Amino acid sequence: MSSDNVQYVYNPEGLQLSEPNKFRVEDLRSEEMIINLGPQHPSTHGVLRLEVLLDGEIIRDVVPHIGYLHRCFEKHAENLPFNQVIPFVDRLDYVAAMNCEHVYAMGVERMLGIAEQIPKRVEYVRVLVAELNRISSHFIAIGTYGMDMGAFTPFFWVMRDREHILRLLEWASGARMLYNYIWIGGLFYDLPVGFEERCTEFIKYIKPKLVELEEILINNKIFIDRTAKVGVLPLELAINCGVTGPVLRGSGLRFDLRRVDGYSVYPELDFDIPIGEGRMGAVGDCWDRTWVRMQEIHESVKIIEQCLARLTTDYKRTRDFDPQAMVPKKIRPKAQDFYIRGETPKGELGFFFRADGRSDIPYRCKCRSCSFVNLSVLPEISRGILIADLIAILGTIDVVMGEVDR
Amino acid sequence: MNKFEEIVAFVRQHCGQSVDIDEAMTPRGVRIQASDLHKVCEKLHEDPAMYFDMLSCVTAVDNGVEAGTIDIVYNLYSIPFNSHFTLKVVVSREQPELDTVSDIWKTANWHEREAWDLLGVKFRGHPDLRRILLPADWEGHPLRKDYKHAEYYRDIKVD
Repeated sequence: MSSDNVQYVYNPEGLQLSEPNKFRVEDLRSEEMIINLGPQHPSTHGVLRLEVLLDGEIIRDVVPHIGYLHRCFEKHAENLPFNQVIPFVDRLDYVAAMNCEHVYAMGVERMLGIAEQIPKRVEYVRVLVAELNRISSHFIAIGTYGMDMGAFTPFFWVMRDREHILRLLEWASGARMLYNYIWIGGLFYDLPVGFEERCTEFIKYIKPKLVELEEILINNKIFIDRTAKVGVLPLELAINCGVTGPVLRGSGLRFDLRRVDGYSVYPELDFDIPIGEGRMGAVGDCWDRTWVRMQEIHESVKIIEQCLARLTTDYKRTRDFDPQAMVPKKIRPKAQDFYIRGETPKGELGFFFRADGRSDIPYRCKCRSCSFVNLSVLPEISRGILIADLIAILGTIDVVMGEVDR
Repeated sequence: MNKFEEIVAFVRQHCGQSVDIDEAMTPRGVRIQASDLHKVCEKLHEDPAMYFDMLSCVTAVDNGVEAGTIDIVYNLYSIPFNSHFTLKVVVSREQPELDTVSDIWKTANWHEREAWDLLGVKFRGHPDLRRILLPADWEGHPLRKDYKHAEYYRDIKVD
């Protein structure tokens, strides 16, 4: 049986769960039972497994089991030069890769001390592509959430509109989702000729579509009835759990790192920070979180318009502009510990670097991923609710498993 | 916004043992002893003048076999004062053990599980210290600098 070309020998005695349940069946009370949700289930948005302890339909406890998509990001990062880590950063939050790249590149630039010398045009292009990507990420969040709640049409609408964004970004970078476009100290390429015009057309196209989307989904009575007053996340709990992004803002705190830290060119741009107000029920319910995402799309559109205006006037494309001019030949930060954070569509993405000052490979690169932290709040707000509402809550937390498992 | 010096003075006040300012950290911070960690965190969290209500990140760093230590770095942030602070604790590599702060910030729960999973740091008093990213029957802690993967995992050859 066992020969060199057989990779795996079937051995039934050796079978055991590699990820055993936290609760044991013997310890349960007679009315309790364990239901396993995932890892292969469309409503868990990836390979997330939830071990749910149930009493009838009432949830007693939820234990998320993660790690099914673990790709050893931190181990890889310890073995690659700083600039070669960027493709791996793309694969963290793969529906908003530009935002992740932006934060990562910014961190390394600050460690090197070249953050102030990055040309303004480069920064504006970065913000432009990042905000385009933010819209596409929120589209996914809203569309799939609608589908979880039984509304199928909005999903097709957002996928259709997202396609325009992906094609724009593909035109700029050459890839649809995993771009490797924002480099340390610059960009892969300048925007292609005609990009600004196409982008303006896209903005003109998207604005009425957003109104349509809001009408068919967000303000729909069925949707409101399903999501209002469900999964209320109190603000104190949210902060204590480290929750950030639209989930925290849905709970009513005006906290956006683009404004608080004011990195890149965000201080020069005019945009609002929408927060949950409890219009349909309680502050911090599922409807609030979805509504915040919807409003953030409007704000991103505003930011894109301002970026386009600056990119066609003050920081116009010139023949001799080289977006790679500031890209360092040798990336060797001096020995230090450095924590950088930035706002991605899901929340605060942080990178902790330790540079040893002797090599251009990070000694340690830890990723503080927002989905990972946001997911940890799920058990806290799921105790005592109905099992159907668990799906409603999970959808609004908007986890991307690539980022949770890294 | 709290000044860095004020926070350091506050930490010194509540520390039984030495507090060293670590210049090579951004955001700036201090190195404290493991035995002081829980008390200092509690005070930083509760005191109305400090109010570090958010724990951004917990990172464990292996300093290698020669140094024989592991650093645990806590990135704190105060939303109302918009101030950052970093705490660093050094534990030995052979017996990395320190108190959990997951009873103060719930964020620490999963971050500490991750530190246990990938670097083998034990957190005393943690409610649920299981592996989080790797399978429960994985051997070793991969982010240790001297980690060597097993040749076989469940009869599957690891290339």
